[in-house]
Amino acid sequence: MNTRRSPLFLERENYRRRRLMDGARVLPVLGFVLILLPVLWTQGGQMGTAGEAVYLFLLWLGLIIAAALLARPLRAAMSREAPRQSDAVRQSAAPESNPSPSETPDSDAPE
Amino acid sequence: MTLNILIPAALGYVIFLFAIASWAERRAEALRASGRRPRFLRSPLVYTLSLSVYCTAWTFYGAVGYAARSGLEFITIYLGPTLIFVGWWWFLRKLVRIGKAQRVTSIADLISARYGKSNMVGVIVTLLAVAATTPYIALQLQSIALSFGAFTEDQILAPRQLAMWVAAGLALFTILFGTRNLDANEQHHGVVTAIAVEAVVKLVALFAVGVWVVWGLMDGPGDMMARIAAADRPEWQVQPGRWMGLTFLAGVAIVTLPRMFQVMVVENADERHVSTASWAFPLYLMAMSLFVLPIAVAGMELLPADANPDLYVLTLPHSLGQNGLAMLAFLGGFSAATSMVIIASIALATMVSNHIVVPLWLARRRHVTDPSRAAGDMRGLVLTARRLSIGVILALGYLYFAVSGGSRALASIGLIAFVGMAQVLPALLGALYWRGASRTGAAAGLTVGAVAWLYTSFLPSFGPGVVLGADLMTYGPFGLDWLRPHALFGVVGMDPLLHALFWSLSLNGVMFIAASLVSFPSPVERVQSAQFVNAFDLDRPEDLQGARGWAREAAENDAEDLLVMSQRTLGPVEAQLFFEREARAQGKDGFLPDPTPDFLDRLERELGGSVGAATAHAMITQIVGGRLVTVDDLMAVASETAQIMEHSAQLEAKSEELARTARQLRDANEMLQKLSVQKDSFLSQISHELRTPMTSIRAFSEILMDDEVHGEEQTRYARIIHDESIRLTRLLDDLLDLSVLENGQVNLDIQPGKLSDLLDRALMASNSVLPERRFTIHRIGFDEPISLNTDIGRLTQVFINILSNARKYCVSETPEMRIFLRRQGGRVTVDFIDNGAGIEKKSQALIFEKFSRLTDTHQAGGAGLGLAICREIMLNLGGDIAYVPGQGGAAFRVTFPADLSARPAKASKAAR
Repeated sequence: MNTRRSPLFLERENYRRRRLMDGARVLPVLGFVLILLPVLWTQGGQMGTAGEAVYLFLLWLGLIIAAALLARPLRAAMSREAPRQSDAVRQSAAPESNPSPSETPDSDAPE
Repeated sequence: MTLNILIPAALGYVIFLFAIASWAERRAEALRASGRRPRFLRSPLVYTLSLSVYCTAWTFYGAVGYAARSGLEFITIYLGPTLIFVGWWWFLRKLVRIGKAQRVTSIADLISARYGKSNMVGVIVTLLAVAATTPYIALQLQSIALSFGAFTEDQILAPRQLAMWVAAGLALFTILFGTRNLDANEQHHGVVTAIAVEAVVKLVALFAVGVWVVWGLMDGPGDMMARIAAADRPEWQVQPGRWMGLTFLAGVAIVTLPRMFQVMVVENADERHVSTASWAFPLYLMAMSLFVLPIAVAGMELLPADANPDLYVLTLPHSLGQNGLAMLAFLGGFSAATSMVIIASIALATMVSNHIVVPLWLARRRHVTDPSRAAGDMRGLVLTARRLSIGVILALGYLYFAVSGGSRALASIGLIAFVGMAQVLPALLGALYWRGASRTGAAAGLTVGAVAWLYTSFLPSFGPGVVLGADLMTYGPFGLDWLRPHALFGVVGMDPLLHALFWSLSLNGVMFIAASLVSFPSPVERVQSAQFVNAFDLDRPEDLQGARGWAREAAENDAEDLLVMSQRTLGPVEAQLFFEREARAQGKDGFLPDPTPDFLDRLERELGGSVGAATAHAMITQIVGGRLVTVDDLMAVASETAQIMEHSAQLEAKSEELARTARQLRDANEMLQKLSVQKDSFLSQISHELRTPMTSIRAFSEILMDDEVHGEEQTRYARIIHDESIRLTRLLDDLLDLSVLENGQVNLDIQPGKLSDLLDRALMASNSVLPERRFTIHRIGFDEPISLNTDIGRLTQVFINILSNARKYCVSETPEMRIFLRRQGGRVTVDFIDNGAGIEKKSQALIFEKFSRLTDTHQAGGAGLGLAICREIMLNLGGDIAYVPGQGGAAFRVTFPADLSARPAKASKAAR
């Protein structure tokens, strides 16, 4: 029942934002693959527990830094993708705001 | 150190927590009273710290023991959640969005709300959560008992008795702060703040011990690395299956564990806080894991071999005389255990009261005649139910601890709980991403998964002979060895935990998908699936067009019953405020809005925020009765939408057609205007043409009337008069000819002939026009003779006209004429192309119209009827004449059928 059509092509800013989201989605997949690496080393047997621990903690730190770098632009993207979201939050917090009629036949254009 | 110090310290810590929690409650209350939001209490920092409830005593004590036993494997328990948080954009964002939009109170509530507000699914999840959390709570009690025991080896201490007191104390704390009020949003400022403080305490404690170990006992990081390398043991080798399986399991656990769901979704104040937690929470986890391995290695080196590695954090400083540090570590472990127990029991109590106690109570009251009065004092009931539930849950935890003997490694108990809660995963993923996931599927998957988990993991965890007999463990039930709990379906030799994880989740997932595929969801379920799966397409759930749980307006007088019921659930002030606001939004005064479907939807969500979606739904249904959305309503909405879409498509097509017609009309109008101008000019032209001969005829006849003209002169004048009248006649003949042709009344004289002969005749005849010009003629395509059967005379007339025009108007110095002949099927095409200037584009459309003349010069005295006559002739002959642009000069294409008798002459006339 979703009558929105997302545009096929985007201007530069939107395009960057979409790629940022793609990056956020790729990050855990990449992290999972890298976390599985010690399994392969164990088969070889040359890395000790100490070395693996250093590797894992460095990887961990890398993931944290990457996530921290992505967090701010993603948060901005979040409020821009759904501009009325903040209203919804406010509504649930403040009882005064009057609920809008839900009869609107179609949702607004996305962006 | 003795119990004399430990017990006051623990009590003092609890009082400190108490103070923090009640300060936070009062502060939040004060801020709410002054109309502001508790900014700090609900900041991303507090949110992230409260997530640390993931790190229980299992982390604090168990991780070190785990590391001492299995090396790096402990880290998978923290890497899994790291991946989930780093990848928050995938899953957590949607989970939190839906949780807030639907006012979800627990994970069981989320699942039951999604699957048609079915209490059955909610009950299954609740029971599963209780079963999975009980050992976890037992684990916390055990760790507290153990930590007391570690200090008091010389004193006789009953760990069970101690654990009982701890459980009772925690139950009291939780009841005081977790069930103070029935908050509409099910948020607990005091508890969350206390948990955040505890997060700091346990981190500082573990850090302090770690720093002391690395820089006090060892000589810094370099030495530490060397010692870790030296302590390396064969059993520390990473086992691929467990490594991957545990990472996955921990990732699943972080979203399915009831206490994690509570702090992550239910207590979330702003969904943007998740973005901060996406990196801050992994950072916390990393900090907690940083010193685990060094502490384990130091413990293995310095403590006797029979020391329990689960307590190294505590016994290491204690045995080396660092009493202050040991006390800090003790408090850290204590806080880790208490925070888990508090949040887990709040989450479970919410589930138990919303999904088991209240529905039972409502069902018992169903036969009461007046349903609104039947509601009684819901608030009191719910709060009492929660308080009792907290007590029961802690009692169960204590019982598990007492029965299982509390002797096993902490890590394995924790993992059993993880596998239990992981059974919610298929239903949860289906809830968020698959419209087709149905209630039947969720119930089937959950049940099968839970049974598989109980059989392969939970019941065997008590040890052989306690619940499952030793014979059953070894040989399977009734001697069926393919049903052995640790070797299901012939899978022998797999790690028991992985075995349980694999079979329970596989069977669960298969059942979930299969049952979803064959079942048909109820209307409410379909509405909910749309609201969940399309969560990001909507700003508010009710914006989803047509996807409402209520289809018809309730009776006017139901509103009062609804208000009475809401007052008893939400509290009088809250409920009256809500009703008044709704009434005002509808433009009414007072407290009773019209019970429209939208209002019912909002009221249901409001109630769901405190008693859960399924219960809220049931309560409203009791009052307003069968006004639920039906399949027909859904279909009506769907067909309405389809109709609107079809309608708009039709409109679009129609408007395109209109635009096309308008353009045609405009073109026609332009043409008419041009023709009108031409006609005017033609009329003056024709008058002029007629007048010129008439003038000379009149003049010469006047002269002749004079008697002075004689003989030769008379003859000459008479000839002039004769010539002029012939010219007049010819002009009138042309006009007559044209009108005859146009009316289709012409009689065609059809006879056989050769095209080349015809063309020869035409060329010869046209030579009489401007005979001084010499044209070069190229004939192309005249290799084979083409015999015609048509009106040869008329066709010749057309050719003559075209050739004469070329002679008249071709401006070239060395005029040339190319004549192409083509024959296709029965049709002949002749192109006449000269090398002159051609005809301008704007004139091309006009040349075949009557009265049109491109030049005003009286070359050969035509009246502009030639080409118009040509076209009429060709149409009468079943052919056509057209101007072909872009040929390097004026180019006319004449097409006609070689054998006219084969087709009726009139047909082509209609084709104009």
